[in-house]
Amino acid sequence: MIWGDLIERGCKWLSRAMRVVVMTIALSLGTSVIEAYAEVSQPVFPSARGEQCVEPVDIMRRDHFEFLKHQRDKTVREGIRTPRHSLAGCIDCHADKDAQGRFVPVNAKGQFCQSCHVYAAVKIDCFSCHAARPSERVSQSP
Amino acid sequence: MMKSAYFQSVSSSRGYWLISAIAGVITLAGLIGAEHMESAGHWVTGMSNQVVWGVPHVFAIFLIVAASGALNTASIASVFARDDYKPLARLSALLAIALLSGGLAVLVLDLGRPDRLIVAMTHYNFKSIFAWNIFLYIGFMFIVGIYLWMMFEPRMNRFTARVGTAAFIWRLVLTTGTGSIFGFLVAREAFDSAVMAPLFIVMSLSFGTALTLLIGMLIFWINGATMDPALAQKLRRLLGFFVIGVAYLVAVDHLTKLYVTGHHQLEQFILVDGGIYTLLFWGVQILLGTVVPAILLLLPRFCQRGYLIAAALLVVVGALTQVYVLIIGGQVFPLELFPGYSVTSTFYDGVIADYTPSLAELALGMGGMGLAVLVTLIGVRILPFVPVQMTGKNQD
Amino acid sequence: MDMKNSSPRRTFFTQASAGVALLALAPGVRLVDLALARAQDEPASAAQRWGLLVDVDRCVSGCDACVSACNTEHGLGDSERPQTDAQWIRKVDLVDHNTGRQLSLPLMCQHCEEPPCVDVCPTGASFRRADGIVLVDKHTCIGCRYCMMACPYKARSFIHEDLTGQKTHAPRGKGAVESCTLCVHRVDRDESPACVEACTDAGREALVFGDINDRNDPLATQLAETTTRELRADLKLNTAVRYRGL
Ligand code: SF4
Ligand code: SF4
Repeated sequence: MIWGDLIERGCKWLSRAMRVVVMTIALSLGTSVIEAYAEVSQPVFPSARGEQCVEPVDIMRRDHFEFLKHQRDKTVREGIRTPRHSLAGCIDCHADKDAQGRFVPVNAKGQFCQSCHVYAAVKIDCFSCHAARPSERVSQSP
Repeated sequence: MMKSAYFQSVSSSRGYWLISAIAGVITLAGLIGAEHMESAGHWVTGMSNQVVWGVPHVFAIFLIVAASGALNTASIASVFARDDYKPLARLSALLAIALLSGGLAVLVLDLGRPDRLIVAMTHYNFKSIFAWNIFLYIGFMFIVGIYLWMMFEPRMNRFTARVGTAAFIWRLVLTTGTGSIFGFLVAREAFDSAVMAPLFIVMSLSFGTALTLLIGMLIFWINGATMDPALAQKLRRLLGFFVIGVAYLVAVDHLTKLYVTGHHQLEQFILVDGGIYTLLFWGVQILLGTVVPAILLLLPRFCQRGYLIAAALLVVVGALTQVYVLIIGGQVFPLELFPGYSVTSTFYDGVIADYTPSLAELALGMGGMGLAVLVTLIGVRILPFVPVQMTGKNQD
Repeated sequence: MDMKNSSPRRTFFTQASAGVALLALAPGVRLVDLALARAQDEPASAAQRWGLLVDVDRCVSGCDACVSACNTEHGLGDSERPQTDAQWIRKVDLVDHNTGRQLSLPLMCQHCEEPPCVDVCPTGASFRRADGIVLVDKHTCIGCRYCMMACPYKARSFIHEDLTGQKTHAPRGKGAVESCTLCVHRVDRDESPACVEACTDAGREALVFGDINDRNDPLATQLAETTTRELRADLKLNTAVRYRGL
């Protein structure tokens, strides 16, 4: 009785596990097919103002959100307002200007934040609250 | 999945799919409502900076309170060793889980940022009764799950009473916790009451028993059976007493506010000149939701099933109204910041706030109900929750 | 620094100043180009407790300089749905039931020392900064509005729709709760809140901002020398906003 039960359960588990395996294989196959066929072009975005970024570029590419998050907690919770890793600081350098000399939001199409995030398919949650353009306080130098 | 001699799962039938479809449509409408509130923002609801908790909270609190009360039948069977309640024990535990899921879903979908559920799960402020409630709810699901396992698995049956006792205690704590959400609002007169905790416990018994009766009968009907009349009569009497119990504590609550804490203006508002709130209180909560069902439930001459169903329905309507009057009525009445002064401002100080629920939030609230029924229906289809025969004779 | 067990009045006195005395010229105006009270990379400290004094006798009905200044400072707009629009500070007009005396005063987050909003917040998004300013960390606010239910002063607003055109120093957005920040971004660079500045500019001087803990601060001096009161003092929240002439 118990054995029969166990075997029955075992079979069910096995079939479930198989399903997962098959799904995974199908999915990964699917993705690689897509990757092979769709040539996703590298993101292009306007160059930033200033000489260099606050951290080496390769580190920034990978860890910018860690810096931002760390800074955000320090600023909000403790009132530490050093500009180095602040979001406002990023925007000050990376916001582009349009033909009329007005700042374009960094999350607009083709702009610094947006272009990379579209490429990496990561949703940005910053700019529903944060200003995506430099504040009026920032010097209007190119 | 052990087969039990006395229980079966509900088989596919036209009734089953019909009710499932109805519950599914209601749930879907709720999801659409929630999506609308979420993408447009809460201005599409009747809620505002004056009335910050609206109809979704009414339904959520109703469902959560009812969930703990739904476990009542199971508790009577296993904690108080009353075998006559056993046929409903499994179903009542399933209902507890289903109603809680419905209530929590509404609560979560009403958040300003439901996408941050993960934040709510990883950041806890242990001073907050709200955070404690999250643990109480998750723990409740867990314990009731184990409880069900003990009931289903013949080899585990001997632990049923012990786990049942744990679940029983847990649910008392849970209801107290839910009531305390309001108890912590020291500045709001409507919730400033010592009887809030006992009131919520009796409310849970009443709401939960009414829903057990209604959804239980529905499931039996789907299964082509009827609830054992003897058991139905017992639940009927029980529900009658719970309705009286709620009425008693409601009276105590208002009397304390009048004579002990001295919240006269608030009481004047709810009881005398609060317009729709006064009407809802006396007309729906007291008359339709208390007096009429109490008569139907306690007088022997109304013992037919039709009266029982009507009474249970009225209890549910009265219950929703009660929570509505409590939560919304308690918010539309302005906070008193400057005693002895009349107050005006651009921010609605000193005036009774407006609140008219919108379709989206009503849909979300009803969706919670739909989800609860849907979860129940799925449960009874895959596991043997329903007694094979509800005639009362072959129960040995 | 345990302020819980001593009476508010005593706390104002017993706390020594942070060692950096701010030179105050007139209420709300400071010599900002002196050394900052706190370096940019230094966290806010419990040595300070920022507060406000509202002199009800100087405030007049019909003036809303403080309110407009706040709205401009933080980009609070008008969506033509007044019931759901955010108001961080509002003018309240009072009439005494017995004497008919008319009063007018601004009301905002009272920056409670024992803030109910912080106690009830499930995620810890509502918090009290070391220097006493009560804020919402909108990164962890889930928009449950329990804090709004708990606040005795109706000081908080929920954002009911998508916003655009936010200010860099005042991020705000749909689905989170917000309230008066005591202009924390200005305080951090040693300026007074926008409402205080506007009131002074309007020639009213009904608002005094300062450090309750600093004996030499004009705010602390006035609190020590005149009778002021907390709103809903019965709740014992030890608010940082005090009213005189009420
Ligand atoms: S006034 Fe309200 S929002 Fe401000 S700290 Fe006190 S409880 Fe919190
Ligand atoms: S609305 Fe936000 S700040 Fe207020 S209690 Fe909820 S999570 Fe905390």
